[in-house]
Amino acid sequence: MAKRIDVKDLDIYYGDFKAVEGVSMTVEPRSVTAFIGPSGCGKSTVLRTLNRMHEVIPGGRVDGKVMLDDQDLYAPSMDPVAVRRTVGMVFQRPNPFPTMSIKDNVAAGLRLNGIKDKKRLDETVEKSLRGANLWSEVKDRLDKPGAGLSGGQQQRLCIARAIAVNPQVLLMDEPCSALDPISTLAIEDLINELKSQYTIVIVTHNMQQAARVSDQTAFFNLKATGQPGRLVEVGSTQKIFSNPEQQATEDYISGRFG
Amino acid sequence: MSTSITGHSVTDDLPGPDGRSPHDGDRAGTGRLGDRLFGGAATGSGLVVVALVTLVGLFLVMQAVPSLLNNNANFLTSTEWVPSGSEPRFGIAALLWATVVTSVIAMVIAVPLGVAVALFITQYAPAWLAKPAATTVDLLAAVPSIVYGFWGLTIAGQFIDPVTGFLQRTLGWIPFFGDAGFSGRSTLFFAGMILAIMILPIITAISREVFAQVPVAHKEGALALGATQWEMIRTAVLPFGKPGVISGAMLGLGRALGETLAVMILLSTLNPTASWSWSVFNGGETFASKIALNAGEFDSPQKTGAYIAAGLVLFILTFLVNAVARIVIERRKAFSE
Amino acid sequence: MSALTHVGTEVSTDRSDLMAKSSGRALRDRLARFVMWGSFALACVPLVWILVSTLLKGGHMLLSLDWWTLSQNGITARRVGGGAAHAIQGTLLQALVTAAMSVPIGVFTAIYLVEYGRGRLAKVVSFMVDILTGVPSIVAALFIYALWVTTFGFQRVPFAVTLALTLLMIPTIVRSTEEMLKLVPNELREASYALGVPKWKTITSIVLPTAFSGIVTGILLGLARVMGETAPLIILGPYTKSMAHNLFDGLMGTLPTMINQDRTEALQPAIDRVWGAALTLILIVFLLNLLGRFVGRFSKVS
Repeated sequence: MAKRIDVKDLDIYYGDFKAVEGVSMTVEPRSVTAFIGPSGCGKSTVLRTLNRMHEVIPGGRVDGKVMLDDQDLYAPSMDPVAVRRTVGMVFQRPNPFPTMSIKDNVAAGLRLNGIKDKKRLDETVEKSLRGANLWSEVKDRLDKPGAGLSGGQQQRLCIARAIAVNPQVLLMDEPCSALDPISTLAIEDLINELKSQYTIVIVTHNMQQAARVSDQTAFFNLKATGQPGRLVEVGSTQKIFSNPEQQATEDYISGRFG
Repeated sequence: MSTSITGHSVTDDLPGPDGRSPHDGDRAGTGRLGDRLFGGAATGSGLVVVALVTLVGLFLVMQAVPSLLNNNANFLTSTEWVPSGSEPRFGIAALLWATVVTSVIAMVIAVPLGVAVALFITQYAPAWLAKPAATTVDLLAAVPSIVYGFWGLTIAGQFIDPVTGFLQRTLGWIPFFGDAGFSGRSTLFFAGMILAIMILPIITAISREVFAQVPVAHKEGALALGATQWEMIRTAVLPFGKPGVISGAMLGLGRALGETLAVMILLSTLNPTASWSWSVFNGGETFASKIALNAGEFDSPQKTGAYIAAGLVLFILTFLVNAVARIVIERRKAFSE
Repeated sequence: MSALTHVGTEVSTDRSDLMAKSSGRALRDRLARFVMWGSFALACVPLVWILVSTLLKGGHMLLSLDWWTLSQNGITARRVGGGAAHAIQGTLLQALVTAAMSVPIGVFTAIYLVEYGRGRLAKVVSFMVDILTGVPSIVAALFIYALWVTTFGFQRVPFAVTLALTLLMIPTIVRSTEEMLKLVPNELREASYALGVPKWKTITSIVLPTAFSGIVTGILLGLARVMGETAPLIILGPYTKSMAHNLFDGLMGTLPTMINQDRTEALQPAIDRVWGAALTLILIVFLLNLLGRFVGRFSKVS
């Protein structure tokens, strides 16, 4: 199921402004990769190029290659909508659809893509909610609005919604930044379980979190203010946190800036 | 980028790369049939609106011009209105006067009152009353114009004669308040009062909106310095809300200028041979009431064109007033963001 | 204490007593409070007065069943009787047709402005909507007259009235819908895109349902406004006393024209009918207004 991501010489623009420059890296299947770095260094921007969400922002465009196994996501024949079905995404703030029940939220991806088979939808809802460690908490109120859940539950609902379309890769953009410590722990446990099936990339501000959940860590930084962000260093999490090659990485990890 | 990745704001101010409009980069809509149809319908509706407005202007101009060319009087300065016959003579001076006078009277009454009511709703009213009070004032806008006119003429008008009589006696030496021999209820003055009631909800609604947005910090800052509530309003609320009040007043003015039925029912038309009077206690006709009153007589293109020309002037007038309102609102946005 | 005295133009003279503001300031504050309450009371006067007078003078008309079921066919100003069914029906029918034309254009234009429009065309469209907002109803009526009667040579029929009303209703719908769509958080759109849902489906299945009740409120308020419009009716829709269904041929009675028809009559039966029609019109418009506000409470966006 899970696929490998290969990024080659990726430049990312907002209009004429080059936000990120020259990113090349590989993400192994069934692993967790964490993107860390100071605010504004482009780590979320890079994440959003992995499912072509970057282009949703007017003026957003990309040079370079993002390969999912042997498919180039930015090949002219590629349909961005199809890419987003293959590469799921969870956002910073939990964003369940307010008009939909818990069940409909999870089924949204399938239903909006034209799947009407009730039995299949029900099965997927249960499977995804179980996968997101939410089933036992909501199974008696599946028809209640998703917005009525707690923040942490809402975020797990959003994860369930993302995995319901059966993606190959799961992107998470600071998924815990709006949550309390206990909910954060629940999400981190979930990430650990999910990595047996999915390739996961997570952006985080929290270095302890990166150390706890990820196998590989990529450190992004700005060359200077107003300059594009770039990938400074990528390697196994253990190495980045104990013995980074670059001075900037070490400074950031040890809390000297950022 | 990591904090505000969702907003449009990041790129709104950036020019599109290599000449294409930024919208083309929005790949959320793809070349799918559904997207093409839906996006096409949306763009098409926008174009329909553009076409409508263009047509309104174009048609009015096209039908007004021949009549204007045949006109033997000065269209802008003449007070005559004989749009038919072999030598048509018509001008808008009298219409413009009546329109402006009634609207100005309405503004003089409605702006202070509307601001006071908005202050009441946002600053003074107890919590339980604020919302019902706002709805009550809003409902004033729901009473149809023709009902205002009929009610004004038959009910409220009964009580206006003492007021107009008093004003004529005490201020009659000013030309504006001279007696023109009309019953109080069919004067420009009373029509302006009824218009004031009709535009009150607009002015109140917009003022209310901006007063409610005054940052709590400004208000508490004033109160913490020992200001009384009224001093707080004068130093914090009114300066902040001023552009909103101005634009609300302008939108109200635009409404008053074009208001038809109430004015038409109330105002007595003038005898064509009557001498010119500056009095607000005179009768008269506004652009809108003149057109509505003579709707049955649009029989020749020459005549119709004359009325359309008057309508065109009204259109331009309301457009200018509304444009000022928009500009004030836009300015304010630029400052508050 | 010293801070207290620095505010305003006057300075408290009694420094020992915290409770004593200078009497001038306190007086002015109390005066302001009085003026505000008074203004609100004053603003309520016309509304209450209009409602009470129409109720007193027209209320009894609405109590008879005939009012709601019969037309004025064959009834002269001198005679009591008949009803307003023809006018009520005409007003509702024309409002419905107006809504049917202006809601799609208005909502789609708002969708264009919020979801698609960037660049110059969007600015032009938005500007045009602004102009349309300010068009007086009499000018809209004149335009339709110039188009329908003078240019095409058609008769003055009810459909022409609905065209003029559509012109007046489109901008209110565009602006209210636009406001509502802007309130839908962008995060919901992104969440939908990230599930691989195409843009049009995101709009129809996520954005519009989220903004739905707000959009309906805007439509109802716009409709309420349009129903009370009389100027287009006077120019384009002459009154008739009998029932009419055909929008494209003949005349059709409406409540505003029913009022206008008899408003100069001196005979009591006719005066009663005018008040009855006014009350009916006010009731319909108020009901729509309140319904709109009620629907707005169910909004998913604040």
